[in-house]
Amino acid sequence: MIWEPIADIAKDVQAGKVTAKSLVQKSLKQIKDKESYHAILEVAEKRALERADEIDAKVKKGEKVGRLAGVPFIAKDNFLTLATKTTAASHILENFEAPFQATAIEKLEAEGAILVAKANLDAFAHGGSTENSAFGPTLNPYDKTRVPGGSSGGSGAAVALDMAPFALGTDTGGSIRLPANFCGVVGLKPTYGLVSRYGVVAMASSTDVIGPLARTVVDAALVLDVMSGRDQFDGTTIDRDEKSYTELPPEIKGKKIGVIKEYFTDGLDPAVKEQIDLAIAKLKKAGAEIVEVSLPSLDLALACYYIIVPAEVSSNLSRYDGQRYGLSADDATDLDSSYELARERGFEGENKRRIMIGTYVLSSGYYDAYYKKAQTVRTKLINEFEDTFKKVDFLLGPTAPMTAFKLGENVDDPLQMYLADIMTVAVNLVGIPAIVVPTGTANNLPVGLQLMAPQRADRQLLGIANAYEGLES
Amino acid sequence: MTKFSTADIRKLARLCRLRLTDEEVVKYQNELSNILAYVELLQDVDVNGLEPTSQVTGLTNVVREDVEIDYGVTPADLLKNAPAQSQNQFKVKRMIV
Repeated sequence: MIWEPIADIAKDVQAGKVTAKSLVQKSLKQIKDKESYHAILEVAEKRALERADEIDAKVKKGEKVGRLAGVPFIAKDNFLTLATKTTAASHILENFEAPFQATAIEKLEAEGAILVAKANLDAFAHGGSTENSAFGPTLNPYDKTRVPGGSSGGSGAAVALDMAPFALGTDTGGSIRLPANFCGVVGLKPTYGLVSRYGVVAMASSTDVIGPLARTVVDAALVLDVMSGRDQFDGTTIDRDEKSYTELPPEIKGKKIGVIKEYFTDGLDPAVKEQIDLAIAKLKKAGAEIVEVSLPSLDLALACYYIIVPAEVSSNLSRYDGQRYGLSADDATDLDSSYELARERGFEGENKRRIMIGTYVLSSGYYDAYYKKAQTVRTKLINEFEDTFKKVDFLLGPTAPMTAFKLGENVDDPLQMYLADIMTVAVNLVGIPAIVVPTGTANNLPVGLQLMAPQRADRQLLGIANAYEGLES
Repeated sequence: MTKFSTADIRKLARLCRLRLTDEEVVKYQNELSNILAYVELLQDVDVNGLEPTSQVTGLTNVVREDVEIDYGVTPADLLKNAPAQSQNQFKVKRMIV
């Protein structure tokens, strides 16, 4: 690890102990040195150095700089930013220059953080391995023949490869948590609505969230604290905790943790299970009360997800029509072909699959049987989680049934690929927060422990995750 | 198990405004049939007495005052990625034939 804790970096910059410029240069060098992992789609070198100079000038004048002053960060390339193009790793946005930037980016920059690069992802965040990127996959930092997870694979790899102290990702069904799991870093999926989605390429509006990937829980907590809060440009944002998300409750002792029975089936790699069992034992030793809980509707969560999310995707991706921005079909002769050719040429296979499934389940005659039914099964799931949280403070499980799989292993079978999400999607349907903390290795690859908390209990979740992290060392 | 015919896929592609190749039609016919078969798991689930959830925040009627606000973008900003433009407008193919 070549980066100090984020809060310390900012303090050192304010104190003049280290220049923002040197930090940006360190990040840029690391990005260049680790180019072969293909974590990055575009580097914002010029703009990052300009911002660093601005910050260093302020410090020299004795002015106050922000809580993240000089801290370099990387954003998944579905965040609209002014310093770079925003491609969503898709040909359809290959040359797109955003006219405004995401609220999350604005908030981080207001506190002095410096965007250095955009990270690779599955195109439009559709995927669990980053293999659906139009520009080639990212490679797992631990094994170049394996995937880094997805869809925020570039962000996960970037943090694991020390390119920056933190990166931003999005999580619609596990897309922060799975890369965090496969790359051995911390990944936080906050409560739905806690962080504004304004300026982030929409995938599924009722489940999309924004969150940080970082080396430690305290770093993730600070980034959440800066990014969270109601935004006038995103009507789905909720009030944040009044207390700072960096004020972490310290105890594990006396907390009740429910181990999710449904996540420990035959499909779970025994080597992964072993690490999770070790984690459970550690928590028990530290004074947590461990109970087994069962949420039978979890067996329906993946089916529920793959109806609701494609439906919302089909709606959100209808804007990519080649008329106002993005890839257009110069050879189109009429309106219909201008739509059809741009979309056919611009989208990846997985995008088309999801658009088609989504359109089908929303279409007349099928809407009730599929979409409405799925949204009602969603209610069942929400109720089960609510009932369970009456009995326990947190929930625990593995993040995925396997460690990082090989590149190409699942590309020919979409359904097989979807199974990587089986332990992450429920959390998105319900809207609760979840965090992945590295917890050992299996098959010489990272394993992440997944912890969940009730809606709006992000601070408590960060608290127990931080305490668990402390047990590791 | 519901299976899509190639005609079904072509019809669906039309709704999605996707001009699929013949190879794609066959490929998606198989893939989508498999996915649909999996999600049909929900068909027999008893949801008696439950309402559908469309959003998890519990928020309602998030409105603001009806006043002009500054989004920080100009028409020029919004047109800069346009494939074709004319008189400060997006230029598109003829719609009314």
